[in-house]
Amino acid sequence: MSEKTFKCHKISEGATEGEVLISQDDIMFYLIDPKTGIVIEKGHSLEGKSVAGKILVFPSGKGSSVVQADGMYQLAKNNNSPKAMIIKYPETVLVATAIIMETPMVDRVDEEFYETVKDGDVISLDADAGKIVLKKRV
Amino acid sequence: MKLTKQQEEMLGGKYSEGTATALKIQIAVGESFGAERLVPITRAHVALSNQDADLWFAEKLLKAGAKCKIPPTVNPGFCLSYFQKVTTISEEDASLMQRTHEAYKALGAVLTYSCTPYLGGNIPRFGEIVAFSESSATPYVNSVWGARSNRESAQSALCAAITGLVPEYGLLTDENRQGDILVEVQAEMKSDFEYQLLGYMGKKIGNGVPVFTGLPKYVTPEAHMNLGAQLNTSGAYGLYHIVGVTPEAQTLEAAFGGKEPKRRVTITDEDLQGILQEISEEGARKIDFAMFGCPHFTISQVQEIAKILAGKKLKSEMWILTSSYTKELAERMGLLEVINNAGGHIVEDTCPDQPCWHHLKGKLGVTESPKCAYYPKRRGLSFVIRDLRTCVEAALKGEVE
Repeated sequence: MSEKTFKCHKISEGATEGEVLISQDDIMFYLIDPKTGIVIEKGHSLEGKSVAGKILVFPSGKGSSVVQADGMYQLAKNNNSPKAMIIKYPETVLVATAIIMETPMVDRVDEEFYETVKDGDVISLDADAGKIVLKKRV
Repeated sequence: MKLTKQQEEMLGGKYSEGTATALKIQIAVGESFGAERLVPITRAHVALSNQDADLWFAEKLLKAGAKCKIPPTVNPGFCLSYFQKVTTISEEDASLMQRTHEAYKALGAVLTYSCTPYLGGNIPRFGEIVAFSESSATPYVNSVWGARSNRESAQSALCAAITGLVPEYGLLTDENRQGDILVEVQAEMKSDFEYQLLGYMGKKIGNGVPVFTGLPKYVTPEAHMNLGAQLNTSGAYGLYHIVGVTPEAQTLEAAFGGKEPKRRVTITDEDLQGILQEISEEGARKIDFAMFGCPHFTISQVQEIAKILAGKKLKSEMWILTSSYTKELAERMGLLEVINNAGGHIVEDTCPDQPCWHHLKGKLGVTESPKCAYYPKRRGLSFVIRDLRTCVEAALKGEVE
């Protein structure tokens, strides 16, 4: 297939490449097991799935102003962090946490991206250049 | 973003490398939201959490020479001297609390260790620009007091306390304070407990500023605390309006700035019962403990418990978490004695999501706060959620309905 490029807007700097994991629900990183990267929140659309090493696509963050940071920090300590995050609705707690934890994050992605991308697709993301490239479909 | 000469100097390290780092983070946050400038704040509240990430960040700024320009009040950790008397605290956990205490002391924080600064000690006036983190604190200062704060993270609030500045965006502007979602409450709001469940409807309410109608004319401070705390457990809300109650929503038109709501949601008794079933462990069984005070209980909530407990003995452990101020009042008023005589405890400076509750791991508790049931899951505590009276009666019987 030919590569497809989408525009996006930088929130937290950095570039990476990896597999996509899409969440329908907002994410609270504290309710992810840091040892495995598996979401333990009851009823969450990612319950039982691991975010480790994935490029997470989700609407927004939710929950406490403190534990979002500890959730991401513990994931990083155990090498189970997501590689990058693509969000729709930026909110301060999540944005500040991504910047402090130095995890690339973007928003304002072309609507076509959401219509195209599926779990397991491989993309490259360059927050500074404001560019996402879809490299491999599942 | 446009910086003043003084802000440029701050970024260049004139006031310390730590201050420059704090400002750099704030500029990155501001730019992602399209902020054009930084504006001064006059108050801050940092949701200190006594967790690894919290300590790592506080010590990192401190070692780089940062000091708070605006001394912030801080959230609870746990009361080390108290817990070393009543339970075993590991050396590692004791050291974490001690280091957190030392770091924030050296940064120049006001060591209140309470998550309800908006009830005393750090109350902004209408329109004041502030930086408040903590689930119930941000919505309380915005919604009830009419101050202006974004939903800061603990770390971004600490940065603001250090620089004395915040980027201007979001809830700092008139336009973004207008309502987005009309939430018509048809459920019967019998007590402060129903506000816990209403707050937990974040998934149904959706993203934006909610405007509630159908609520009673008098909404207690505790009901506001509960609503804000749970809105920020089930979602992310810096501000809500209640028509006829909160200062920026004296009328429906004022709440929406004369515009049409972007979304309409109705909340019924069935919604509240449904969410309670979803988030609570099953009832009708024996319990090991009761825990209250997430957010910290007020003196009137302590009075309510003391009234039920007077002259009785508890079958289960009971932990009531408050600010040091409320505990002092409870002692003066004889309420502490009543609760202690029944076998219960009032603990200051402490939160349910702390390592001091190690002895409750794997046990079943009751609480009236969904937030109290949500976060300590990571520490192995589980909870049946009921209204306050039912919880207190359950602790007397050792069994919940």
